[in-house]
Amino acid sequence: MLEQYLPVLILVELAIILAIAFILLSRLLGPNRPASNKLGAYESGMDPIGQARDRYSVSFYIIAMEFIVFDLEVIFIYPWAVRYQEFGEGTLWAMMLFIFILFLGLIYTLKKGSFDWDTEHTATRKPRL
Amino acid sequence: MDPTLFSTLVMLAVVLLFLMPSAAVTVYAERRVSAFIQNRYGPNRVGPMGLFQPFADVIKLFLKEDIIPTGANRFLYTLAPMIPVTTAVITVGVIPFSEHVYIADLNIGVLYLLAVASLSVYGVTLAGWASNSKYSLLGGLRAAAQMISYELPMGVALASVILFAGSLSVLDIVNSQDIWWNIFRNPIGFVIFTVAVFAEANRTPFDLVEAEQELVGGFHTEYSSMKFGTFFLAEYMHVVIGSMLITTFFFGGYHLPFAGYWLPEMSVLAKSILDIFVFIAKTVFWVFVFIWVRWTIPRFKYNQLMRLGWTRMLPIAILNFAVLAVILYYL
Repeated sequence: MLEQYLPVLILVELAIILAIAFILLSRLLGPNRPASNKLGAYESGMDPIGQARDRYSVSFYIIAMEFIVFDLEVIFIYPWAVRYQEFGEGTLWAMMLFIFILFLGLIYTLKKGSFDWDTEHTATRKPRL
Repeated sequence: MDPTLFSTLVMLAVVLLFLMPSAAVTVYAERRVSAFIQNRYGPNRVGPMGLFQPFADVIKLFLKEDIIPTGANRFLYTLAPMIPVTTAVITVGVIPFSEHVYIADLNIGVLYLLAVASLSVYGVTLAGWASNSKYSLLGGLRAAAQMISYELPMGVALASVILFAGSLSVLDIVNSQDIWWNIFRNPIGFVIFTVAVFAEANRTPFDLVEAEQELVGGFHTEYSSMKFGTFFLAEYMHVVIGSMLITTFFFGGYHLPFAGYWLPEMSVLAKSILDIFVFIAKTVFWVFVFIWVRWTIPRFKYNQLMRLGWTRMLPIAILNFAVLAVILYYL
């Protein structure tokens, strides 16, 4: 049963060796003349202001959380999709109910504005004085 | 030596020898095709018709200085370029080139593909974070959000393919298309899958990850030498592999149109050779479409990208799956 994974394992090893070889070769073949200006972060020729690892938009976190919810849904669908003809009518409609509930969840998050990256509504909002 | 293991090893060598140059040839093809689309010549000096240009480029990249910025996390900065190229190569493991020519026929092939596709997010995101540059970080964040967003419609579209095949093995999925390709049976799923593959490969119109007008080079701003070259190579490998995936899941893989009806029985060798030619022809066609789209369609804005992924493609993909499941069950 597990033998079928042997070729994949060999392929993974080859791929990793290949990737390491690329990086090592360029390290060995290229010149090495460090200079403080060369090693600084690129910021269009200016001296970098502050660290890059600062706070960033909360929307990225929300996207990641939503992703986990819906990715789990997809994973639940897969085993059913393989054998749905044999599971019968009851399971089919149970699955439809499951998808429907998650669909409601998707509509809820959309209405809630989780994916609302538009800045239009904030731009047209009246300025608070 | 065990004959199956031996044939597998031969396949491994052939596939690796095929994939590496295919990325180089795709780079060349992109530069030439874009040149013709924009009514100019493109590279035509190195070798006949400029065919050796990609090799010259790779040698040049190897001989450039390899820089690690002072602010960067040295370990992650070096690790990041290895991930995309590794995931690109190991994706080929489950793609069948013919009925008899493949590296492995896993009974969970589709899950393997999805898992490997998720791994490639790490390379881009870690590169962006480890460089400690603002452009890189923004590029990496955008890449992470974009790639996980488009993985969902892609997964659901693949689930609708499984409904037809009744198996997670990629070989079974291709064999289920010997008469009707999935593009005819599941056109909505095909559109969604194609768009998602474009987004996963970070190609225009979804290349906000490296939108040069806003982010310089995006996640690879700080990379030089072959570390940059590795990202570059991996991007084109993902184009080739994306084409292979579209071919495999929706374009009938190695089957000629309606082959189940009219194709006579053939010997294993003749069938394999025919299959491989058909598969490569379809892959080349899709690589061309990738290039064509890049030089035709302008880039999205980031909010449009997210809106398309979550409010259009995901609901349509789920509805498409549910409707197909009900129809197929009662058919």
